Amino acid sequence: MKYFHLIWSALFRRKTRTVFTLLSVLAAFLLFGLLDSVRTAFANAGGSVAGVDRLITVSKVSFTMALPKSLLPRIEAVPGIAQVSYANWFGGIYQDPKNFFPNEAVAENFLDLYPEWSLSDAERTAFKGTRTGAVVGATLARKFNWKLGDKIPLQATIFPQKDGSNTWTFDLVGIFHAKDPKLEGQENVLFFNWSYFDEASRFRNGSVGWYATKLSDRGRADQVAQAIDRLSADSDHETKTQSEQAFTAALVSQFADIGLIVGAIMGAVFFTLVLLTGNTMAQAVRERVPELAVLKTIGFSNKSVLGLVLSESVLLLVLGGVIGLAVAGVVVGIVRVKLGATVPLARVGGPIWLRGLALMVVIGFIVGVLPAIRGMRLRIVDALSGR
Amino acid sequence: MAVAVVVPIVLLTASPWWLLLALVGVLAAWMAFTRIGRQSWSVTQVGIATIPQRLGSSSVVVVGIAGVVGVLVALLAMGAGFAATLQETGTDDTVIVMRAGAQTEINSVVDHDTAVLVTQAPQVLKNAQGRPIASPELVVVAALAKKSTGLDANVEVRGVGERAWDLRPNLKIIAGRKFKPGLRELLVGKGAVGQFKDLDVGSTLKLNGQVWTIVGAFDSGDAHNSELWGDTDVVGSTYRRGSSTTSIILRLTEAGAFDALKATLASDPRIKVDVSTTRDYYNKQSENLAQIIRVLGTTVGTIMAIGAIFGALNTMYAAVAARAREIATLRAIGFRGLPVIVSVLLETMLLAILGGALGAALAWAIFDNYTASTLGANFSQVVFAFNVSPALLWSGLKWALAIGFIGGLFPAVRAARLPVTVGLREL
Repeated sequence: MKYFHLIWSALFRRKTRTVFTLLSVLAAFLLFGLLDSVRTAFANAGGSVAGVDRLITVSKVSFTMALPKSLLPRIEAVPGIAQVSYANWFGGIYQDPKNFFPNEAVAENFLDLYPEWSLSDAERTAFKGTRTGAVVGATLARKFNWKLGDKIPLQATIFPQKDGSNTWTFDLVGIFHAKDPKLEGQENVLFFNWSYFDEASRFRNGSVGWYATKLSDRGRADQVAQAIDRLSADSDHETKTQSEQAFTAALVSQFADIGLIVGAIMGAVFFTLVLLTGNTMAQAVRERVPELAVLKTIGFSNKSVLGLVLSESVLLLVLGGVIGLAVAGVVVGIVRVKLGATVPLARVGGPIWLRGLALMVVIGFIVGVLPAIRGMRLRIVDALSGR
Repeated sequence: MAVAVVVPIVLLTASPWWLLLALVGVLAAWMAFTRIGRQSWSVTQVGIATIPQRLGSSSVVVVGIAGVVGVLVALLAMGAGFAATLQETGTDDTVIVMRAGAQTEINSVVDHDTAVLVTQAPQVLKNAQGRPIASPELVVVAALAKKSTGLDANVEVRGVGERAWDLRPNLKIIAGRKFKPGLRELLVGKGAVGQFKDLDVGSTLKLNGQVWTIVGAFDSGDAHNSELWGDTDVVGSTYRRGSSTTSIILRLTEAGAFDALKATLASDPRIKVDVSTTRDYYNKQSENLAQIIRVLGTTVGTIMAIGAIFGALNTMYAAVAARAREIATLRAIGFRGLPVIVSVLLETMLLAILGGALGAALAWAIFDNYTASTLGANFSQVVFAFNVSPALLWSGLKWALAIGFIGGLFPAVRAARLPVTVGLREL
């Protein structure tokens, strides 16, 4: 630490060059922050800790197929289960197909299975008591400026009403929040009563899209899942039961291999960055050969010179990288406020910063090591005479 | 300053290839026939000749720009490939009819009576036997394991009528044979075979508890390649859909008959359907994702380009500093500032073109025809190939030129402005 001043002034010996290099590093880590935020958002969708004790049961053929509601009492009778609920995908459109958000018809007790969403008791009761009632996530309410008591018309794409009309109108009776900021992405949903859906819809009466099951003992998840699937084995509605994370992870992986795309881009970015900053460091050391020789003359050991040059390159990377990640944090913050949590962008928080800092140090080390060894191996006589 | 902003923007947006070619021609003529032009040419030659001495730092410009262009072209090729696959599926003279409001086939239900009424419309083309060329189709979804992840993903199963082949003349059987109507036999698309496990001809597949045999494979060159095809009636009975289907595809007597068909169907109170040409239907499906990928590609490209510009600036400032004495000498013996500016700019843009070509070539070599799949409108996988087209390669090169221009301009101006006396005293 006592050499910090020395390293700092060496770094800014050529101001323009250092500033340009810093800006390149900044751009690279800005990109890293944004892309890692996207990657994290997709990863969170599949791996939230909150869902560990829930199972999802869907039709084995595909989750677009319905299951009979008559399965409910039989699933409830399976040992190891605390509570069973069910829901049905509705797929309604609010005003314009571009406004897409998930909307689902859910059983009365559906929200009880999801303690990570907070909804006041009064609103919970109102939802149960209002036939055409609906509750929405806070992000969605903000996006469309909905208030309690508003009427929300949705255009059905799959389920017209019995009279053939495609318009379903719901009364907004509650707005729920996610307790964990990581789950904000899930505040983008509208739920309404399954009983209303079942009574008014022209199709799919008496059937449900999926069952959600809460385990009483999460250690027995596999046995319970197998027991549920056995209920309908060899019937015409075989089921597939898996943990909620496994279900979501499979769903997300159907969109694209986000990790692969992000990884490939970051590979190209960091390869370029190593070359670019490596070149800067090589130049910096080449120019300073006589100065390094002077340092050695006045008693700096080989190791200290190695350390000085290495610290300089790590400092360069960390300085640019920290600013870049900070900018990424601000950008992500602004986008999330403007567009709500509907965009797949996670907060630039602890894990992203940790990964970023590790990358900065590693890259700083890689680009510094060759020039540093060169500095260490300098022979004072040769260096001072400019050979 | 203004030049540094305006020229790259023009380069990026407004310049067709012939305009740039004309500019190059003008530049060449200027260099060949005017005194100052000839001076510029000789200074440029000296600059380029010294590149090998600065190989390390020059490669920063080349590799930096290659990275930008490579990533940009690859991302845009992904969007273009997806859009092309869907757009090629539709034509102007075939029409898709679905239940009103359904948006996509998987959401739609068309009952038998409606199907009959729709195919009887006078605008539907009839074949030699006097039967309407129309296919009642039933789109359902099955979950199969993907080769890449081993996880279940949705594959689209399309039941088709007996005249489906007349509606998709592009479709070719590449292995085995067509399925026989009335049997539980499937024909698999080339793309689906590549993405999902166990879809080889001759193997069997369980759909909703019933065993189906795969009797052949087809290649249509479009979105149908991601599907499994069977007989509508048999698929319907397996999925317990009765006699209802999800859509009717039909051929128009002529492309212009679409409006008349729409009016005919709208005026019939017995049916409630949405009608669109298949071209419109598939174009609409590609819009959203293609747009997202375009925005993503340009954002990533822009941020990387900013990084590359600073890398190029560094390199060229260093190059100019290394040659300060030489440039000052030239100025001292009477060369003007302009040839110096031109030479530094040309040198940077030459490096940029090299980088751009390298990046574009890499993107082409790795990603052209690379197949990937994503979740499409029918809640099932759409298989598509990256399409690295000449137009994309060209726009990658334009990005390279723009980056080179900005990265070279400021060092060039500094070289020309450096007082001769200071320059001569440099190392």
